[in-house]
Amino acid sequence: MSVDAPPVTPTIAPLTRRKDPRQQTQRILNVVTLFLGVGIWWALSATGINLPSPPEVLAAAVKLAADGTLWNDMLASLTRVLTGFALGTALAIPVGFVMGWYAWARGLLEPWVQFFRTIPPLAIIPLAIVLMGIGEQPKIFVIFLAAFLSCVISTFQGVVQVDRTLINAARVLGAKDGTIFAKVVVPASTPFILVGMRVGLGSAWATVVAAELIAAQEGLGYRMQQAQIYYQLPTIFVGLIVIGILGLIMDRALLLVEKKLTGWQERR
Amino acid sequence: MNTDERPKIEINDITKVYELGKEQFYALGGVSLTLADNEFVTVVGPSGCGKSTMMNILAGLDEPTSGTARVDGKLVKGPSPERGVIFQQYALFPWLTVRKNVEFGLKTARVSAAERHERAEHFIEMVGLTQFADALPKMLSGGMKQRCAIARAYAMNPSILLMDEPFGALDALTRVKMQEHLLHTWEQEKRTVMFITHDVDEAAFLANRVVVMAARPGRIQKIVNVDLPYPRTEEMRLSREFADLRNEIWHAVYHQSPKSDRTDAITANQESEKS
Ligand SMILES: Nc1ncnc2c1ncn2[C@@H]1O[C@H](COP(=O)(O)OP(=O)(O)O)[C@@H](O)[C@H]1O
Ligand SMILES: [Mg+2]
Repeated sequence: MSVDAPPVTPTIAPLTRRKDPRQQTQRILNVVTLFLGVGIWWALSATGINLPSPPEVLAAAVKLAADGTLWNDMLASLTRVLTGFALGTALAIPVGFVMGWYAWARGLLEPWVQFFRTIPPLAIIPLAIVLMGIGEQPKIFVIFLAAFLSCVISTFQGVVQVDRTLINAARVLGAKDGTIFAKVVVPASTPFILVGMRVGLGSAWATVVAAELIAAQEGLGYRMQQAQIYYQLPTIFVGLIVIGILGLIMDRALLLVEKKLTGWQERR
Repeated sequence: MNTDERPKIEINDITKVYELGKEQFYALGGVSLTLADNEFVTVVGPSGCGKSTMMNILAGLDEPTSGTARVDGKLVKGPSPERGVIFQQYALFPWLTVRKNVEFGLKTARVSAAERHERAEHFIEMVGLTQFADALPKMLSGGMKQRCAIARAYAMNPSILLMDEPFGALDALTRVKMQEHLLHTWEQEKRTVMFITHDVDEAAFLANRVVVMAARPGRIQKIVNVDLPYPRTEEMRLSREFADLRNEIWHAVYHQSPKSDRTDAITANQESEKS
Protein backbone atom coordinates (compact mmCIF):
# COMPACT_ATOMS: atom_id res chain seq x y z
CA MET A 1 0.00 0.00 0.00
CA SER A 2 1.34 3.40 -0.89
CA VAL A 3 0.19 5.27 2.15
CA ASP A 4 2.18 8.21 3.41
CA ALA A 5 5.84 7.56 3.68
CA PRO A 6 6.71 7.39 7.35
CA PRO A 7 8.45 10.66 8.23
CA VAL A 8 10.29 8.94 11.04
CA THR A 9 12.94 6.36 10.17
CA PRO A 10 12.12 3.03 11.70
CA THR A 11 14.83 3.08 14.31
CA ILE A 12 12.93 2.08 17.35
CA ALA A 13 16.06 2.54 19.43
CA PRO A 14 15.70 4.56 22.63
CA LEU A 15 15.74 8.33 22.57
CA THR A 16 18.75 10.00 21.04
CA ARG A 17 21.37 9.05 23.57
CA ARG A 18 24.16 10.42 21.41
CA LYS A 19 26.95 12.33 23.09
CA ASP A 20 25.89 15.90 22.83
CA PRO A 21 28.95 18.20 22.84
CA ARG A 22 27.05 20.71 24.97
CA GLN A 23 26.32 17.99 27.49
CA GLN A 24 30.00 17.13 27.63
CA THR A 25 30.97 20.72 28.40
CA GLN A 26 28.39 20.62 31.15
CA ARG A 27 30.05 17.53 32.62
CA ILE A 28 33.46 19.14 32.52
CA LEU A 29 32.13 22.29 34.16
CA ASN A 30 30.51 20.17 36.88
CA VAL A 31 33.85 18.63 37.76
CA VAL A 32 35.63 21.97 37.56
CA THR A 33 33.21 23.59 39.95
CA LEU A 34 33.65 20.74 42.42
CA PHE A 35 37.38 21.36 42.61
CA LEU A 36 36.81 25.10 42.69
CA GLY A 37 34.46 24.78 45.66
CA VAL A 38 36.86 22.61 47.65
CA GLY A 39 39.68 25.01 46.71
CA ILE A 40 37.81 28.03 48.02
CA TRP A 41 36.93 26.16 51.20
CA TRP A 42 40.59 25.24 51.67
CA ALA A 43 41.68 28.81 51.05
CA LEU A 44 39.12 30.14 53.52
CA SER A 45 40.20 27.72 56.23
CA ALA A 46 43.81 28.79 55.64
CA THR A 47 42.96 32.46 56.27
CA GLY A 48 42.33 31.67 59.90
CA ILE A 49 38.54 31.69 59.85
CA ASN A 50 37.27 29.06 62.23
CA LEU A 51 36.82 26.35 59.61
CA PRO A 52 38.36 22.89 59.48
CA SER A 53 40.43 22.35 56.34
CA PRO A 54 39.53 19.61 53.85
CA PRO A 55 42.36 17.30 55.08
CA GLU A 56 41.16 17.64 58.66
CA VAL A 57 37.63 16.70 57.63
CA LEU A 58 38.95 13.81 55.60
CA ALA A 59 40.94 12.60 58.57
CA ALA A 60 37.86 12.80 60.77
CA ALA A 61 35.89 10.85 58.18
CA VAL A 62 38.54 8.13 57.99
CA LYS A 63 38.61 7.82 61.75
CA LEU A 64 34.83 7.65 62.05
CA ALA A 65 34.70 5.09 59.28
CA ALA A 66 37.48 3.00 60.77
CA ASP A 67 35.86 2.61 64.19
CA GLY A 68 32.51 1.88 62.58
CA THR A 69 30.69 4.90 63.98
CA LEU A 70 30.06 6.43 60.56
CA TRP A 71 28.52 3.21 59.17
CA ASN A 72 26.36 2.74 62.23
CA ASP A 73 25.10 6.29 62.02
CA MET A 74 24.43 6.04 58.31
CA LEU A 75 22.59 2.79 58.78
CA ALA A 76 20.50 4.22 61.62
CA SER A 77 19.54 7.34 59.66
CA LEU A 78 18.89 5.49 56.42
CA THR A 79 16.73 2.89 58.15
CA ARG A 80 14.59 5.64 59.64
CA VAL A 81 14.26 7.51 56.37
CA LEU A 82 13.49 4.47 54.28
CA THR A 83 10.99 3.06 56.79
CA GLY A 84 9.18 6.37 57.13
CA PHE A 85 9.32 6.98 53.41
CA ALA A 86 8.08 3.51 52.51
CA LEU A 87 5.17 3.73 54.95
CA GLY A 88 4.35 7.27 53.87
CA THR A 89 4.21 6.54 50.15
CA ALA A 90 2.51 3.19 50.67
CA LEU A 91 -0.34 5.04 52.31
CA ALA A 92 -0.19 8.17 50.14
CA ILE A 93 -0.67 6.40 46.81
CA PRO A 94 -3.99 4.70 47.61
CA VAL A 95 -5.24 7.75 49.52
CA GLY A 96 -4.26 10.02 46.62
CA PHE A 97 -6.04 7.73 44.16
CA VAL A 98 -9.21 7.65 46.23
CA MET A 99 -9.13 11.43 46.56
CA GLY A 100 -8.70 11.88 42.82
CA TRP A 101 -11.27 9.27 41.80
CA TYR A 102 -14.13 9.89 44.23
CA ALA A 103 -15.41 13.41 44.74
CA TRP A 104 -16.70 12.55 48.22
CA ALA A 105 -13.26 11.38 49.31
CA ARG A 106 -11.72 14.58 48.05
CA GLY A 107 -14.28 16.63 49.95
CA LEU A 108 -13.55 14.72 53.15
CA LEU A 109 -9.77 14.47 52.97
CA GLU A 110 -8.45 17.45 51.08
CA PRO A 111 -8.96 20.05 53.85
CA TRP A 112 -6.96 17.89 56.27
CA VAL A 113 -4.17 17.23 53.84
CA GLN A 114 -3.91 20.92 52.99
CA PHE A 115 -4.00 21.85 56.67
CA PHE A 116 -1.28 19.44 57.77
CA ARG A 117 0.81 20.40 54.79
CA THR A 118 1.14 23.93 56.13
CA ILE A 119 2.62 22.63 59.42
CA PRO A 120 6.36 22.01 59.08
CA PRO A 121 7.00 18.36 60.05
CA LEU A 122 9.50 19.52 62.67
CA ALA A 123 6.74 21.35 64.50
CA ILE A 124 5.10 17.96 65.05
CA ILE A 125 8.14 16.57 66.88
CA PRO A 126 7.31 17.88 70.37
CA LEU A 127 3.83 16.39 70.09
CA ALA A 128 5.18 13.11 68.70
CA ILE A 129 7.64 12.78 71.58
CA VAL A 130 5.01 13.45 74.19
CA LEU A 131 2.67 10.89 72.63
CA MET A 132 5.15 8.24 71.57
CA GLY A 133 8.15 8.60 73.83
CA ILE A 134 11.72 8.99 72.69
CA GLY A 135 12.24 5.68 70.87
CA GLU A 136 12.22 5.09 67.14
CA GLN A 137 8.51 5.64 66.79
CA PRO A 138 8.25 9.44 66.93
CA LYS A 139 11.17 9.86 64.51
CA ILE A 140 9.75 7.46 61.98
CA PHE A 141 6.33 8.99 62.44
CA VAL A 142 7.53 12.47 61.60
CA ILE A 143 9.37 11.21 58.51
CA PHE A 144 6.33 9.21 57.52
CA LEU A 145 4.18 12.32 57.76
CA ALA A 146 6.55 14.39 55.67
CA ALA A 147 6.73 11.76 52.94
CA PHE A 148 3.01 11.08 53.04
CA LEU A 149 1.91 14.68 52.68
CA SER A 150 4.05 15.53 49.70
CA CYS A 151 3.29 12.27 47.91
CA VAL A 152 -0.46 12.31 48.51
CA ILE A 153 -0.87 15.72 46.91
CA SER A 154 0.89 14.82 43.71
CA THR A 155 -0.80 11.43 43.38
CA PHE A 156 -4.12 13.16 43.76
CA GLN A 157 -3.19 15.77 41.17
CA GLY A 158 -1.98 13.02 38.86
CA VAL A 159 -5.36 11.31 38.97
CA VAL A 160 -7.28 14.55 38.48
CA GLN A 161 -5.31 15.54 35.40
CA VAL A 162 -5.81 12.25 33.52
CA ASP A 163 -7.01 13.15 30.03
CA ARG A 164 -10.80 12.65 29.70
CA THR A 165 -10.32 11.55 26.09
CA LEU A 166 -8.16 8.62 27.19
CA ILE A 167 -10.84 7.52 29.62
CA ASN A 168 -13.47 7.86 26.90
CA ALA A 169 -11.27 5.92 24.50
CA ALA A 170 -11.05 3.08 27.04
CA ARG A 171 -14.82 3.18 27.61
CA VAL A 172 -15.65 2.86 23.92
CA LEU A 173 -13.25 -0.08 23.75
CA GLY A 174 -15.41 -1.79 26.32
CA ALA A 175 -13.46 -1.07 29.52
CA LYS A 176 -15.41 -0.75 32.77
CA ASP A 177 -14.43 1.32 35.80
CA GLY A 178 -12.04 -1.26 37.28
CA THR A 179 -10.12 -1.70 34.05
CA ILE A 180 -10.09 2.03 33.39
CA PHE A 181 -8.63 2.59 36.82
CA ALA A 182 -5.94 -0.07 36.56
CA LYS A 183 -5.07 0.29 32.89
CA VAL A 184 -5.53 4.01 32.29
CA VAL A 185 -5.62 6.06 35.47
CA VAL A 186 -2.73 4.33 37.20
CA PRO A 187 -0.25 4.51 34.30
CA ALA A 188 -1.35 8.02 33.32
CA SER A 189 -0.66 9.32 36.82
CA THR A 190 2.63 7.47 37.33
CA PRO A 191 4.75 10.49 36.33
CA PHE A 192 3.02 12.59 38.97
CA ILE A 193 3.38 9.90 41.62
CA LEU A 194 7.09 9.61 40.96
CA VAL A 195 7.58 13.35 41.22
CA GLY A 196 5.70 13.18 44.51
CA MET A 197 7.93 10.36 45.70
CA ARG A 198 11.03 12.38 44.90
CA VAL A 199 9.73 15.38 46.79
CA GLY A 200 8.65 13.05 49.60
CA LEU A 201 12.07 11.46 49.84
CA GLY A 202 13.64 14.89 49.93
CA SER A 203 11.48 16.03 52.80
CA ALA A 204 11.91 12.71 54.63
CA TRP A 205 15.66 13.09 54.47
CA ALA A 206 15.44 16.72 55.57
CA THR A 207 13.32 15.69 58.52
CA VAL A 208 15.41 12.78 59.78
CA VAL A 209 18.40 14.85 60.80
CA ALA A 210 16.23 17.25 62.72
CA ALA A 211 14.39 14.38 64.37
CA GLU A 212 17.68 12.85 65.49
CA LEU A 213 18.82 16.13 66.98
CA ILE A 214 16.11 15.78 69.57
CA ALA A 215 16.54 12.37 71.03
CA ALA A 216 18.66 9.53 69.65
CA GLN A 217 21.55 7.25 70.51
CA GLU A 218 22.87 7.05 66.99
CA GLY A 219 22.38 8.53 63.56
CA LEU A 220 23.98 11.28 61.52
CA GLY A 221 21.96 14.01 63.21
CA TYR A 222 22.78 12.65 66.65
CA ARG A 223 26.50 12.50 65.77
CA MET A 224 26.47 16.12 64.71
CA GLN A 225 24.65 17.11 67.87
CA GLN A 226 27.32 15.35 69.96
CA ALA A 227 30.08 16.96 67.92
CA GLN A 228 28.51 20.34 68.59
CA ILE A 229 28.67 19.75 72.35
CA TYR A 230 32.35 18.78 72.19
CA TYR A 231 33.13 21.40 69.58
CA GLN A 232 34.35 18.88 66.98
CA LEU A 233 33.96 20.92 63.81
CA PRO A 234 35.45 18.28 61.44
CA THR A 235 32.88 15.72 62.60
CA ILE A 236 30.06 18.18 61.93
CA PHE A 237 31.43 18.62 58.43
CA VAL A 238 31.62 14.88 57.86
CA GLY A 239 27.98 14.61 58.92
CA LEU A 240 26.88 17.39 56.60
CA ILE A 241 28.73 16.05 53.60
CA VAL A 242 27.52 12.47 54.12
CA ILE A 243 23.93 13.69 54.46
CA GLY A 244 24.29 15.61 51.21
CA ILE A 245 25.81 12.71 49.32
CA LEU A 246 23.28 10.14 50.54
CA GLY A 247 20.41 12.49 49.72
CA LEU A 248 21.79 12.99 46.24
CA ILE A 249 22.24 9.26 45.64
CA MET A 250 18.68 8.49 46.72
CA ASP A 251 17.31 11.26 44.54
CA ARG A 252 19.28 10.05 41.51
CA ALA A 253 18.08 6.51 42.09
CA LEU A 254 14.46 7.63 42.02
CA LEU A 255 15.16 9.76 38.96
CA LEU A 256 16.44 6.65 37.23
CA VAL A 257 13.29 4.74 38.15
CA GLU A 258 11.25 7.67 36.88
CA LYS A 259 13.04 7.63 33.53
CA LYS A 260 12.46 3.88 33.22
CA LEU A 261 8.77 4.04 34.06
CA THR A 262 7.77 7.23 32.30
CA GLY A 263 9.90 7.11 29.16
CA TRP A 264 6.70 6.95 27.11
CA GLN A 265 5.96 10.60 27.76
CA GLU A 266 6.15 12.97 24.83
CA ARG A 267 8.61 15.72 25.60
CA ARG A 268 7.90 19.05 24.04
CA MET B 1 -41.08 -3.26 8.49
CA ASN B 2 -38.72 -5.72 6.93
CA THR B 3 -35.68 -6.16 9.18
CA ASP B 4 -33.31 -6.03 6.22
CA GLU B 5 -34.50 -2.55 5.39
CA ARG B 6 -34.26 -1.30 8.91
CA PRO B 7 -31.72 1.53 9.08
CA LYS B 8 -28.42 0.83 10.77
CA ILE B 9 -28.50 4.07 12.72
CA GLU B 10 -31.64 5.95 13.66
CA ILE B 11 -31.47 9.32 15.33
CA ASN B 12 -34.96 10.35 16.28
CA ASP B 13 -35.73 13.99 17.19
CA ILE B 14 -32.80 14.40 19.53
CA THR B 15 -32.38 17.54 21.57
CA LYS B 16 -29.54 18.43 23.88
CA VAL B 17 -30.14 21.38 26.13
CA TYR B 18 -27.60 23.10 28.33
CA GLU B 19 -28.73 25.45 31.04
CA LEU B 20 -26.63 28.57 30.86
CA GLY B 21 -27.74 30.60 33.82
CA LYS B 22 -31.42 31.17 33.20
CA GLU B 23 -31.12 30.65 29.44
CA GLN B 24 -31.66 27.34 27.76
CA PHE B 25 -29.10 26.62 25.10
CA TYR B 26 -30.07 24.14 22.39
CA ALA B 27 -26.81 22.42 21.40
CA LEU B 28 -29.11 20.16 19.38
CA GLY B 29 -32.62 21.33 18.64
CA GLY B 30 -34.43 18.27 17.35
CA VAL B 31 -32.21 16.33 14.98
CA SER B 32 -33.41 13.28 13.08
CA LEU B 33 -31.24 11.25 10.75
CA THR B 34 -31.00 7.68 9.54
CA LEU B 35 -28.02 5.87 8.10
CA ALA B 36 -28.33 2.73 5.99
CA ASP B 37 -26.04 -0.24 6.50
CA ASN B 38 -22.52 0.33 5.14
CA GLU B 39 -23.24 3.92 4.31
CA PHE B 40 -20.49 6.51 4.59
CA VAL B 41 -22.02 9.74 5.83
CA THR B 42 -20.08 12.89 6.56
CA VAL B 43 -21.36 15.64 8.80
CA VAL B 44 -20.10 19.14 8.15
CA GLY B 45 -20.98 22.45 9.73
CA PRO B 46 -19.61 25.47 11.53
CA SER B 47 -18.02 24.90 14.88
CA GLY B 48 -20.51 24.82 17.74
CA CYS B 49 -23.37 23.41 15.65
CA GLY B 50 -23.52 20.24 17.75
CA LYS B 51 -21.61 17.77 15.59
CA SER B 52 -19.59 16.36 18.49
CA THR B 53 -22.63 16.38 20.73
CA MET B 54 -24.54 14.25 18.24
CA MET B 55 -21.64 11.85 17.83
CA ASN B 56 -21.08 11.51 21.57
CA ILE B 57 -24.74 10.66 22.03
CA LEU B 58 -24.45 7.95 19.39
CA ALA B 59 -21.26 6.69 21.01
CA GLY B 60 -23.03 6.49 24.36
CA LEU B 61 -20.60 8.95 25.94
CA ASP B 62 -23.34 11.55 26.37
CA GLU B 63 -27.10 11.47 26.82
CA PRO B 64 -29.72 13.41 24.91
CA THR B 65 -32.16 15.68 26.73
CA SER B 66 -34.95 14.17 24.66
CA GLY B 67 -35.26 11.87 21.67
CA THR B 68 -33.61 8.52 21.01
CA ALA B 69 -30.61 7.08 19.24
CA ARG B 70 -30.77 3.53 17.99
CA VAL B 71 -28.20 1.29 16.40
CA ASP B 72 -29.50 -1.91 14.82
CA GLY B 73 -32.81 -1.06 16.42
CA LYS B 74 -31.30 -1.14 19.89
CA LEU B 75 -31.44 1.93 22.07
CA VAL B 76 -27.99 3.38 22.72
CA LYS B 77 -27.22 3.18 26.43
CA GLY B 78 -23.63 3.83 27.34
CA PRO B 79 -20.59 3.07 25.22
CA SER B 80 -20.07 -0.30 23.57
CA PRO B 81 -17.26 -1.82 21.52
CA GLU B 82 -19.93 -2.39 18.85
CA ARG B 83 -19.58 1.30 18.09
CA GLY B 84 -15.99 2.22 17.31
CA VAL B 85 -15.01 5.82 18.02
CA ILE B 86 -12.08 7.75 16.65
CA PHE B 87 -11.20 11.02 18.30
CA GLN B 88 -9.49 14.06 16.87
CA GLN B 89 -6.80 13.92 19.57
CA TYR B 90 -5.91 10.31 18.60
CA ALA B 91 -6.40 9.20 22.22
CA LEU B 92 -3.76 6.48 22.00
CA PHE B 93 -2.47 5.22 25.34
CA PRO B 94 1.01 6.75 25.28
CA TRP B 95 2.53 4.08 27.54
CA LEU B 96 1.50 1.25 25.22
CA THR B 97 3.11 0.29 21.92
CA VAL B 98 1.09 0.36 18.71
CA ARG B 99 0.43 -3.37 19.07
CA LYS B 100 -0.64 -3.11 22.70
CA ASN B 101 -2.90 -0.18 21.85
CA VAL B 102 -4.60 -2.21 19.15
CA GLU B 103 -4.95 -5.15 21.54
CA PHE B 104 -6.34 -3.05 24.40
CA GLY B 105 -10.02 -3.63 23.70
CA LEU B 106 -9.47 -7.30 22.82
CA LYS B 107 -7.69 -7.85 26.10
CA THR B 108 -10.52 -6.17 27.97
CA ALA B 109 -12.91 -8.52 26.19
CA ARG B 110 -10.69 -11.49 27.25
CA VAL B 111 -9.94 -12.57 23.71
CA SER B 112 -7.32 -15.33 23.79
CA ALA B 113 -3.71 -14.24 23.33
CA ALA B 114 -3.32 -16.07 20.04
CA GLU B 115 -6.39 -14.53 18.47
CA ARG B 116 -5.49 -11.13 19.88
CA HIS B 117 -2.08 -11.22 18.23
CA GLU B 118 -3.49 -12.39 14.97
CA ARG B 119 -6.16 -9.69 14.82
CA ALA B 120 -3.79 -6.96 15.92
CA GLU B 121 -1.30 -8.07 13.29
CA HIS B 122 -3.97 -8.00 10.60
CA PHE B 123 -5.25 -4.51 11.33
CA ILE B 124 -1.80 -3.06 11.94
CA GLU B 125 -0.89 -4.30 8.50
CA MET B 126 -4.09 -2.91 7.05
CA VAL B 127 -3.14 0.60 8.18
CA GLY B 128 0.47 0.13 7.08
CA LEU B 129 2.11 0.26 10.51
CA THR B 130 3.72 -3.18 10.60
CA GLN B 131 7.19 -1.68 10.86
CA PHE B 132 6.07 0.36 13.85
CA ALA B 133 4.11 -2.32 15.68
CA ASP B 134 6.45 -2.17 18.67
CA ALA B 135 6.98 1.58 18.70
CA LEU B 136 5.48 3.87 21.31
CA PRO B 137 3.04 6.55 20.11
CA LYS B 138 5.59 9.27 20.77
CA MET B 139 7.66 7.88 17.89
CA LEU B 140 4.78 8.29 15.42
CA SER B 141 3.71 11.26 13.30
CA GLY B 142 0.15 12.56 13.59
CA GLY B 143 -1.04 10.62 10.57
CA MET B 144 0.48 7.40 11.84
CA LYS B 145 -1.08 7.92 15.26
CA GLN B 146 -4.49 8.29 13.70
CA ARG B 147 -3.93 5.16 11.61
CA CYS B 148 -3.12 3.31 14.80
CA ALA B 149 -6.35 4.61 16.32
CA ILE B 150 -8.23 3.38 13.24
CA ALA B 151 -6.65 -0.06 13.57
CA ARG B 152 -7.56 -0.10 17.26
CA ALA B 153 -11.20 0.68 16.48
CA TYR B 154 -11.36 -1.90 13.68
CA ALA B 155 -9.82 -4.61 15.87
CA MET B 156 -12.99 -4.67 17.97
CA ASN B 157 -14.95 -5.53 14.83
CA PRO B 158 -17.48 -2.74 15.39
CA SER B 159 -20.58 -2.54 13.23
CA ILE B 160 -20.36 1.24 13.01
CA LEU B 161 -17.49 3.72 13.11
CA LEU B 162 -17.90 7.19 14.53
CA MET B 163 -15.15 9.64 13.68
CA ASP B 164 -15.00 13.13 15.13
CA GLU B 165 -12.75 15.31 12.97
CA PRO B 166 -10.13 12.56 12.91
CA PHE B 167 -7.89 14.42 10.46
CA GLY B 168 -8.51 17.85 11.91
CA ALA B 169 -5.05 18.14 13.42
CA LEU B 170 -3.16 17.02 10.32
CA ASP B 171 -1.53 19.15 7.64
CA ALA B 172 -3.29 19.44 4.28
CA LEU B 173 -1.08 16.93 2.48
CA THR B 174 -1.24 14.21 5.11
CA ARG B 175 -4.95 14.82 5.34
CA VAL B 176 -5.50 14.02 1.66
CA LYS B 177 -3.43 10.85 1.97
CA MET B 178 -5.34 9.82 5.06
CA GLN B 179 -8.65 10.33 3.25
CA GLU B 180 -7.57 8.04 0.45
CA HIS B 181 -6.23 5.55 2.93
CA LEU B 182 -9.42 5.58 4.97
CA LEU B 183 -11.57 4.95 1.90
CA HIS B 184 -9.25 2.16 0.84
CA THR B 185 -9.61 0.56 4.27
CA TRP B 186 -13.36 1.08 4.27
CA GLU B 187 -13.75 -0.60 0.90
CA GLN B 188 -11.89 -3.65 2.26
CA GLU B 189 -13.79 -3.69 5.52
CA LYS B 190 -17.18 -2.08 4.94
CA ARG B 191 -18.78 -0.48 7.94
CA THR B 192 -21.41 2.16 8.54
CA VAL B 193 -19.42 5.32 9.06
CA MET B 194 -20.37 8.69 10.46
CA PHE B 195 -17.50 11.04 9.84
CA ILE B 196 -17.49 14.56 11.24
CA THR B 197 -15.44 17.30 9.67
CA HIS B 198 -15.43 21.04 9.18
CA ASP B 199 -13.67 20.66 5.82
CA VAL B 200 -16.08 20.89 2.88
CA ASP B 201 -13.66 19.17 0.50
CA GLU B 202 -13.15 16.27 2.86
CA ALA B 203 -16.89 15.95 3.44
CA ALA B 204 -17.60 15.72 -0.28
CA PHE B 205 -14.72 13.40 -1.15
CA LEU B 206 -15.51 10.72 1.40
CA ALA B 207 -19.27 10.48 1.53
CA ASN B 208 -22.29 8.85 -0.01
CA ARG B 209 -24.23 11.61 1.66
CA VAL B 210 -23.15 14.88 3.22
CA VAL B 211 -25.17 16.16 6.14
CA VAL B 212 -24.81 19.91 6.57
CA MET B 213 -25.58 21.22 10.03
CA ALA B 214 -26.33 24.70 11.30
CA ALA B 215 -26.01 26.21 14.75
CA ARG B 216 -28.28 27.92 17.28
CA PRO B 217 -30.02 25.60 17.64
CA GLY B 218 -27.92 22.71 16.31
CA ARG B 219 -29.92 21.27 13.42
CA ILE B 220 -29.66 19.67 10.01
CA GLN B 221 -29.60 22.33 7.32
CA LYS B 222 -29.35 20.21 4.21
CA ILE B 223 -28.47 16.74 3.02
CA VAL B 224 -26.48 16.46 -0.20
CA ASN B 225 -26.21 13.16 -2.07
CA VAL B 226 -22.86 12.43 -3.63
CA ASP B 227 -23.37 10.44 -6.79
CA LEU B 228 -19.75 9.60 -7.43
CA PRO B 229 -18.82 5.91 -7.40
CA TYR B 230 -16.19 4.33 -5.16
CA PRO B 231 -13.24 4.02 -5.36
CA ARG B 232 -12.85 7.75 -5.39
CA THR B 233 -9.89 8.94 -7.39
CA GLU B 234 -7.80 12.03 -7.73
CA GLU B 235 -9.46 12.73 -11.13
CA MET B 236 -12.82 12.80 -9.40
CA ARG B 237 -11.48 15.21 -6.82
CA LEU B 238 -10.43 17.55 -9.63
CA SER B 239 -13.53 16.98 -11.75
CA ARG B 240 -16.23 19.44 -12.72
CA GLU B 241 -18.91 17.44 -10.94
CA PHE B 242 -16.93 17.49 -7.74
CA ALA B 243 -16.48 21.25 -7.98
CA ASP B 244 -20.24 21.73 -8.35
CA LEU B 245 -20.84 19.48 -5.40
CA ARG B 246 -18.36 21.38 -3.32
CA ASN B 247 -20.04 24.66 -4.26
CA GLU B 248 -23.38 23.36 -3.20
CA ILE B 249 -22.07 22.18 0.15
CA TRP B 250 -20.02 25.33 0.63
CA HIS B 251 -23.12 27.47 0.19
CA ALA B 252 -25.09 25.35 2.59
CA VAL B 253 -22.35 25.69 5.20
CA TYR B 254 -21.33 29.30 4.83
CA HIS B 255 -24.54 31.01 3.80
CA GLN B 256 -26.89 29.58 6.32
CA SER B 257 -30.25 31.23 6.62
CA PRO B 258 -31.63 30.98 10.13
CA LYS B 259 -34.35 28.65 8.88
CA SER B 260 -35.84 26.14 11.22
CA ASP B 261 -39.15 25.98 12.98
CA ARG B 262 -37.58 26.53 16.31
CA THR B 263 -35.28 29.39 15.26
CA ASP B 264 -38.09 31.01 13.38
CA ALA B 265 -40.00 31.15 16.61
CA ILE B 266 -37.00 32.41 18.55
CA THR B 267 -36.02 35.10 16.04
CA ALA B 268 -39.63 36.18 15.69
CA ASN B 269 -39.77 36.60 19.46
CA GLN B 270 -36.56 38.57 19.58
CA GLU B 271 -37.71 40.79 16.74
CA SER B 272 -40.99 41.57 18.43
CA GLU B 273 -39.14 42.38 21.66
CA LYS B 274 -36.83 44.77 19.84
CA SER B 275 -39.54 46.70 18.05
N1 LIG C 1 -20.94 20.90 28.81
C1 LIG C 1 -21.42 21.92 28.08
N2 LIG C 1 -22.02 22.95 28.69
C2 LIG C 1 -22.51 23.99 27.96
N3 LIG C 1 -22.46 24.06 26.62
C3 LIG C 1 -21.86 23.05 25.97
C4 LIG C 1 -21.31 21.93 26.65
N4 LIG C 1 -20.79 21.08 25.74
C5 LIG C 1 -21.01 21.65 24.54
N5 LIG C 1 -21.64 22.83 24.68
C6 LIG C 1 -22.06 23.72 23.59
O1 LIG C 1 -22.80 22.99 22.67
C7 LIG C 1 -22.55 23.46 21.37
C8 LIG C 1 -22.22 22.30 20.46
O2 LIG C 1 -20.96 21.77 20.80
P1 LIG C 1 -20.22 20.67 19.92
O3 LIG C 1 -21.15 19.53 19.74
O4 LIG C 1 -18.93 20.41 20.53
O5 LIG C 1 -20.03 21.46 18.54
P2 LIG C 1 -19.14 21.06 17.29
O6 LIG C 1 -18.55 19.73 17.53
O7 LIG C 1 -20.09 21.10 16.13
O8 LIG C 1 -18.12 22.14 17.16
C9 LIG C 1 -21.42 24.46 21.45
O9 LIG C 1 -21.94 25.76 21.31
C10 LIG C 1 -20.88 24.25 22.82
O10 LIG C 1 -20.43 25.47 23.36
MG1 LIG D 1 -16.51 19.11 17.69
